[in-house]
Amino acid sequence: MPKQQTSEKIVQRAFMGVALFSITALFLIMLFLVLEGVPIFKEISLKEFVFGLYWYPTSDPADFGIFPLIVASFLVTFLSGVVSIPLGVMTAIYLAEIAPVRTAEIVKPVVELMASMPSVVIGFFGMVVVAPFIQRTFDIPVGLNLFNASLMLAFMSIPTICSISEDAIFSVPQALKEASFALGATHFETIHRVTLPASLSGICTAVILGMSRAIGETMVVLMVAGGAAMLPGSLFDPVRPMPASIAAEMAEAPFGSEHYHALFATGLVLFIFTFVFNLIADYISSRYRQVGEASL
Amino acid sequence: MKTGIKSIIIGVCMAMVAAIPALGEELVLKGSTTVLPIAQKVAEAYMKLHPDIKISLSGGGSSNGIKAILDGTADIGNASRFIKPKEVKLATTKGIYPVPHRIALDCIVPVVHSQNTVTNLTTAQLKEIYLGKIKNWQEVGGKDMKIVVISRDTSSGTFEVWEHLIMNKERVVPSALTVPSNGGLVQAVASTPGAIGYIALGYLNQEVKALSVNSIPGTPETTRNGQYSISRPLFMFTNDWPRGTTADFLNYLLSTKGQTLVEEVGSITVY
Repeated sequence: MPKQQTSEKIVQRAFMGVALFSITALFLIMLFLVLEGVPIFKEISLKEFVFGLYWYPTSDPADFGIFPLIVASFLVTFLSGVVSIPLGVMTAIYLAEIAPVRTAEIVKPVVELMASMPSVVIGFFGMVVVAPFIQRTFDIPVGLNLFNASLMLAFMSIPTICSISEDAIFSVPQALKEASFALGATHFETIHRVTLPASLSGICTAVILGMSRAIGETMVVLMVAGGAAMLPGSLFDPVRPMPASIAAEMAEAPFGSEHYHALFATGLVLFIFTFVFNLIADYISSRYRQVGEASL
Repeated sequence: MKTGIKSIIIGVCMAMVAAIPALGEELVLKGSTTVLPIAQKVAEAYMKLHPDIKISLSGGGSSNGIKAILDGTADIGNASRFIKPKEVKLATTKGIYPVPHRIALDCIVPVVHSQNTVTNLTTAQLKEIYLGKIKNWQEVGGKDMKIVVISRDTSSGTFEVWEHLIMNKERVVPSALTVPSNGGLVQAVASTPGAIGYIALGYLNQEVKALSVNSIPGTPETTRNGQYSISRPLFMFTNDWPRGTTADFLNYLLSTKGQTLVEEVGSITVY
């Protein structure tokens, strides 16, 4: 065999090995999660676990209902989306379409840098600065609550949403926009009717990736959500999202106990949620992909 | 090649033989996670003094510690509670004579925001607050302000004491905020005017105000003389009166040096 072909083969195999290794490792982690989480269902039914209203893992008798935790996770994610999606997408539109090139050149890297802000720093900021501020401004008993957590999560997901959306908007073919202008449309009409629809799949992917970052985020919710395992009655009630519960309790849960398995099962539920989120993102990005210029 | 492997095997065997005297005696400690930090700290210091003794430590809870003494799987069983009558009965049938050693004390103080006017609560009032029945500071002689109940995560040792001595098996109201550490609790109480929380005495600082319970302030003295109610002794159990290394380890723990280490991990010394 010629020398080039041999080296080609070797390189191919090496890459396959690396790819297999990372996929296998992830698969094994998933398997471990399932194996450690499933034993809890010997003690209680799936329905009691998912829809149970009380989380008292160390009481005697113990209650392992994670419904308040699931609701909390959803609410913080949803509310952070309410803040971060408009802000992120509008910033992206500004950067891609409206801002002068010089401004965009400075602002875009700054936004991307913000994505690398450690979550513990954001959590600390929320706890020390935002919590007392919210508490005084709205005159409520406690500043560590659903609202504060959503706000902090929004700050975390804005850079993700903004930077991926900006890429999508920026990659809309110039010809489409020129055609729109040629028909007499204004700049705003072009953005609204042509650029945005054309980049919709990219924006949706950005939004869902931002949201799945928010739902899995642990440190922020552990520090600022308040940690009360109950169904919140208002925007200013403390909540306990799933990742916070796992992080706070795992270190002390006796190995192999019901509590230990219940925490793994919670992790499994969380994994299923982020998995579904990513599936949706994948579906949208392939379903509404802009193919060429004809499909608009 | 073969001789290479042979020499490695011989080398390993020799190293193992050489290691045997160095391993010396092994001391096994099991039980309460509350006692664990103390045991760990003291064990480290003790092993430094006696490099020939190896101490192995594990948690698992007070019941596991006492069970380990009954089964003979540990030299010392750690417990944050006294032995139960049922366990004593089991011990006598097995011919085991469990001996408790009081090695440290635990004291939990309720804390409030520094501007709160309340200075004292009874244990009954504390329980009502944590059950969510008393909701306003007015009801216990304070300002008209909603009480923000802050608790610790259910798996913490501090929570365990609180649950045992104040809640008396009833459940903390679900709307209570939970904080994963003593330090985090101080931070949360310091920034929330209506808050009440509880911490191990060692974590008390100027940012929050400690309340007295049943008119007695929580201090090392009131804990030692038994006046302060939210406190408990921490035990190490042995089978029969300790001898040899076990006795030496316990003596070290109860010495002035050992008790200084107890203080360092935030517990209260026994004398």
